[in-house]
Amino acid sequence: MSNRKLGRGVAMVGAGMCKFGAFADKSSRDLFVEAFQEMRASVDQGFDPNVIENIYIGNFSSDLFEHQGHTAPIMADVVGLTPRPATRIEDACASGGVALRQGVMAIASGLYDVVLVGGTERMTKLPTAEVTDTLGAAGDTLFEIPAGFTFPGFYAAMASAYMHKYGMLPEHLMNVAKKNHDNGALNPKAQFGVTIRDWMQQRIQAALKKGKPAPTWKNESDFLHDDAANPMIAYPLRLFDCSPITDGAACVLLVAEERAREFTDTPIHIIGSGQASDAALHDRADLTALRAAHIAAQDAYAMAGVTARDIRIAEVHDCFTIAEIIATEDLGFFEPGTGFKMAEDGVTARDGAQPINTSGGLKSKGHPVGASGVGQAVEVWKQMRGQAGARQVNRDVPLALTHNVGGTGQTAVVHVYERK
Amino acid sequence: MVHPFTAASFNQFLGEHKLMASRCTQCKQTFLPPRAICPNCHSDQMEWVETSGKGTLAAFTSVYVGPTFMNAEGFDRNNPYATGIVELDEGVKISARLTGVDAKNPANIKIGTPMRVEFLDRGEGDAKQTFLAFTPAN
Ligand SMILES: [Zn+2]
Repeated sequence: MSNRKLGRGVAMVGAGMCKFGAFADKSSRDLFVEAFQEMRASVDQGFDPNVIENIYIGNFSSDLFEHQGHTAPIMADVVGLTPRPATRIEDACASGGVALRQGVMAIASGLYDVVLVGGTERMTKLPTAEVTDTLGAAGDTLFEIPAGFTFPGFYAAMASAYMHKYGMLPEHLMNVAKKNHDNGALNPKAQFGVTIRDWMQQRIQAALKKGKPAPTWKNESDFLHDDAANPMIAYPLRLFDCSPITDGAACVLLVAEERAREFTDTPIHIIGSGQASDAALHDRADLTALRAAHIAAQDAYAMAGVTARDIRIAEVHDCFTIAEIIATEDLGFFEPGTGFKMAEDGVTARDGAQPINTSGGLKSKGHPVGASGVGQAVEVWKQMRGQAGARQVNRDVPLALTHNVGGTGQTAVVHVYERK
Repeated sequence: MVHPFTAASFNQFLGEHKLMASRCTQCKQTFLPPRAICPNCHSDQMEWVETSGKGTLAAFTSVYVGPTFMNAEGFDRNNPYATGIVELDEGVKISARLTGVDAKNPANIKIGTPMRVEFLDRGEGDAKQTFLAFTPAN
């Protein structure tokens, strides 16, 4: 555990995101404009964008998804911020969270007072097989990918090791999907704004409308076990264990703590930041935990001077259902091997003792990879300020956490937020 | 012949049906995939060692939605393939394809199964590539 401290305090004073989903007619720059406009509207006292001094953009692979590299200056330009420095941050699916950390460090260093942090990814233009190939580039393309691993495959392999070690069943994973869809149904920005139960009803109605025999699922469990409705992607992970392919963007405005009140009376302070790296999955002693996430969390807690017990809500990187279970253990909320039981018992539900992914998580809200880490910050901003609408948790949230993972855990980045 | 500690050397050895690891001559740790620099003591004094090719299954999956190059080999939703991580007797782990297991009934595949190395040759001549695989030892 490190005892690093920020050189000066950093506050988030605005946050916004576009609706996540599949948008045939929008490029990532269009999505970023929407996110920027919502962020702008969220700044309580209003502000002149000219005060922004520096820009970081999290983006995994606009090169392969849109055949557009050099994304950061484009994003700066579409919101009228050139000639300010604009830098793209790439750490696979942790790109957004790492961009946030760069923003925090840029302010803490004293170099800048006002920094814009964004994340974008426009993924749905490619056919699914090519999206699989592109995401595979976040793995080790020399030693892992030739073995036939895909991203669902990596997390499926972790799930196999976890099931073997702790006695979890594939059915336990379904609790995570159900819970995140329940939360996402209350999030107007979510890609899937429906519960799994509603999804079933829609499928039944659609069949009846076409004059076809209606499916006869008795309950959600029945639906989730149906190979046609919920096909296997990589055993034991089925379609509803996987986050979707998503177009989306998000952004937040960070400022030096001493200037926060120029922007809002309710700033959200970023008091802890930790990041770590790791080798390819096969090169790790433990396949049932992410060492990088554990270290990033310990560093973030130490910087913030808090423990896992103090965190009221967390947005964690549930790219797959098993990833959420492992995350809740890596972050210290639950003992190793017990996360799946906590999900089963409702502890991680919105009204549970340790709410996880009130936004719907990547699973239901969507996973535009480079934007996801910034999207997590948008959710804690709303929950901590009591602005999360129908999904607002039923308790005060003075402390929250975000956890963003790149690849199979080669990168992990954790932030701790406080409303003072 | 000198083999630098690169992926190209590793793949050349695979083509000769050898699973080679690198061992640090200073701290004696073995690494697979091979490394040029020891992450334990940062020495660059490595040597090639041939592994036993024997180990146990540490993690696995059966992939129903694969990348384009696996689809080109004829795998798809109705014909899934198995892949996983094998821990060798030398204590190192490696990603590899799994053969001789029932990819269509993955619940029957067991972690801890003794495995032995196999080499899958694909293509001919200059286009020949050899992929690492493991199959149940018994
Ligand atoms: Zn060494």
